[in-house]
Amino acid sequence: MRSKAGFAGFVVFAALVLIAVVGPLFTPSHLATDMTAVYLPPSGSHLLGTDSEGRDIAVQMINGGRPVILVGLLAGAISTLIAIVFGSLGAYLGGWVDSAIVSVTDIVLTVPQIVLLAVLASLYTLDSPWVLAVLLGAFAWPYLLRSVRAQVLSLKEREYVEAARLLDLGTPHILFREILPNMATFIMMNFVVTMTNAIYALVGLYFLGLAPIVDDNWGAMLNKAWTRGAVFYSDSLFYVLAPVIAISLLQLSLVTMTRSFEEILNPRLRQS
Amino acid sequence: MKPILSVRDLAVEYRTAAGPVRAVRGVSFDVHPGESLALIGESGCGKTTLGLALLRLLPAPASTPSGEVLYRRRDGEVVDLLRLGREELRRFRWSEAAMVFQGSMNSLNPLLPVRDQMRDTVLAHRRMPAAEIRRLTEDVLRKVRLDPARVLAAYPHELSGGMKQRVLIAMSLLLDPQVLVLDEPTTALDIRTQRAIVDVLRELRERLGFAMIFVSHDLPLAAELADRVATMYAGRIIELGGVRDIFYRPRHPYTVGLLDAVPPIVGDLPALVSIPGGPPSLLDLPVGCPFRSRCAHAQDDCAAAEPGLEQVGVVHTAACYHIVPADRRVIRGEDVTNA
Amino acid sequence: MPDPLIVLDRVSHVFAGRSGQTRAVDEVSLELEPGKVLCLVGESGSGKTTTARIAAGLTRPTAGTVRFQGTDIRSLTGDAATGFRRAVQYIHQDPYSSLNPVRDVFGTLAAPLRRHRVVRGREEVRRRALELLTDVDLTPPENFLGKYPHQLSGGQRQRVAVARALTLAPRLIIADEATSMLDVSIRISLLNVLLRLRDDRGVAFLFITHDLALAKYFGWHGTTAVMHEGRLVEHGPTPRVINEPAHEYTQALLAAIPLPDPDRARPRAASW
Repeated sequence: MRSKAGFAGFVVFAALVLIAVVGPLFTPSHLATDMTAVYLPPSGSHLLGTDSEGRDIAVQMINGGRPVILVGLLAGAISTLIAIVFGSLGAYLGGWVDSAIVSVTDIVLTVPQIVLLAVLASLYTLDSPWVLAVLLGAFAWPYLLRSVRAQVLSLKEREYVEAARLLDLGTPHILFREILPNMATFIMMNFVVTMTNAIYALVGLYFLGLAPIVDDNWGAMLNKAWTRGAVFYSDSLFYVLAPVIAISLLQLSLVTMTRSFEEILNPRLRQS
Repeated sequence: MKPILSVRDLAVEYRTAAGPVRAVRGVSFDVHPGESLALIGESGCGKTTLGLALLRLLPAPASTPSGEVLYRRRDGEVVDLLRLGREELRRFRWSEAAMVFQGSMNSLNPLLPVRDQMRDTVLAHRRMPAAEIRRLTEDVLRKVRLDPARVLAAYPHELSGGMKQRVLIAMSLLLDPQVLVLDEPTTALDIRTQRAIVDVLRELRERLGFAMIFVSHDLPLAAELADRVATMYAGRIIELGGVRDIFYRPRHPYTVGLLDAVPPIVGDLPALVSIPGGPPSLLDLPVGCPFRSRCAHAQDDCAAAEPGLEQVGVVHTAACYHIVPADRRVIRGEDVTNA
Repeated sequence: MPDPLIVLDRVSHVFAGRSGQTRAVDEVSLELEPGKVLCLVGESGSGKTTTARIAAGLTRPTAGTVRFQGTDIRSLTGDAATGFRRAVQYIHQDPYSSLNPVRDVFGTLAAPLRRHRVVRGREEVRRRALELLTDVDLTPPENFLGKYPHQLSGGQRQRVAVARALTLAPRLIIADEATSMLDVSIRISLLNVLLRLRDDRGVAFLFITHDLALAKYFGWHGTTAVMHEGRLVEHGPTPRVINEPAHEYTQALLAAIPLPDPDRARPRAASW
């Protein structure tokens, strides 16, 4: 890989994912409250100290990655899938199909995300990660769809697409084997951006208390840090810093990783 | 007569991701005042790079690691263009030598009328009062057979391809240069427009007497416009001679191949052959003659070392160990003897 | 005399522009016979490309009909429509945009072979692809299967485009300025490949060009039609059109062609 930054991003991302996925196998899944050990500074037995309930922060960090990353991934995948399928179909087929898809997209775009989430949160308990992923995904796809649609509109005028039509290769083949592979980097990057946005939105939800806290996750830690006043004491700084740094690292590694995408996905750059 | 431009061992190198590439590998030629030289070759031979290098118009990744471009100024002094300072170069360009680029039709600013672009060109190199600029621009447009009243106020998109090309030729003549360099002056133009441009250029040369260097892949164009022709291959000149030498007595197999590949418009149906294979990669040039792998006359010694330009006629050189015999060239069903 | 493959019957293409209507194609009638070459010559704006696209069924004429083996192509459906599509293929001018950059040569050739079940099984598809590459003089063919377009020269790309057009055994190939962007020394070899296809496989050609000299070489045993501002001004056997042009526009075109002969080109005695 020629891009050092991209490779570094990938390594960090892989490490975070590894810790988040494998780590919880080695840590206790349920930490007991210990009021004698509240806000302990970092030490041998508590690497990052303890929180307001005397629970080990490092353990929470390891346990807390998975929900955030998982939901982020799911939300990214759902919205990217919707955007690709409908965006490319609309752009390629044109006509009433395209008009219908664009209209629906525009309507969804006008809906204010936070407000709707707040309303839903008051009506339902948004505890399941699947529900959260679907919700976040449902808000992200309109922007993505417009992008995908614009790209496909441009690519479908290319001569090799016309040649494929002349050879009667059929719409599904043309879309999925001729046009979309030329958008591979574009799609991957959009997926990454959507995922980072979903993660921010998710952390925001927890932070604002719109999503109930059922397990230790990074967003929940931030919420508790804020509500329990951990930000005001130097002893409890890690309670706030750890999740912030972890989330930032995750986003940064994701975005930096995209620098290598072009290399991997574009055959022109792979071979000389 | 002393030459107005002397190129000696010019080399141009591009920095690429795969390493340095020599697009021009040691080119030498002279151009005399009022003379017209054609640089003929196909894609990748280095002719455009050479054309740009003459006026130091190469883009950033290119450099000229060796060679000289000696120019005799109007005051008689000879300077090496490659060593000129920035200010001197600015004064040199346009008033001593000017260039008409490839795809010129797209070099005009679509947002400005022609009048403004011509005025800006003049002002970039000279101070001149507005009235004089106007007179000059009208004058030069008439020289290329354009109506100033129609063209000066127009925007580029209102002009045809041929008109735009003529505007650019006119612009290059604004400060009365001694040398004009043109890169593919007729490519992408319709055949009748090409004919008009050729006629305009011929007429201008007769009236104004400037020396002309033009780069092209179109060999018949050289027959129309050139006094001397250089054919280029893999970054070098492989044959150089008077226009009649090249067309009637070509000695290098590549030149012969190029001539044989031109479908003749007159006469019966000929059996045309093209040159097999393709040009070598400049990143990985073979040892010996670079044309060897495509040459029907190649022999063992061609692989040993690259041939240099050797005299094959009075003012005619070719870089080949086994030059094609100077037989009669058969053109259009008639024998053309060596005059 | 066998029935013509394609008949253009008073075909017109008019579109409304800013300054009124533009007749890009004005009542053009042509017949394309099996196994024969028809060269369509004209300058830019003559309507030759639009006419070619109408013949290929890529553009719909605003007036007149296009008949394939006697039937109006607009009324073709189902198998008959597929039959037309397979019988009439197109080669674009620009070899740098007519091949899909993310597909290698094998992928480009295999797609139509598989889709239309010309051959079955990976081995058969590979064998047929090698045959096609040999037919267009890309030898040794094994070397080219895995190559991507950016690894091929312009001439090689055009040959792949021809091979692709041959996959469905067409009866007519429409070549739109197929040699304009190639080096002069390579043009002839591509034309020789096409001529061989005419001789060996009986493929008919509609050859669009602005170069009368090429039209003469390629269409010597066929016919040449000259277009000017949308109208057909001359049409006849190629030797006659070239040597005894009847219309003054054809004469003007012929007079404009530069001759590779310095003494004829410049009457003045050259001192060099």
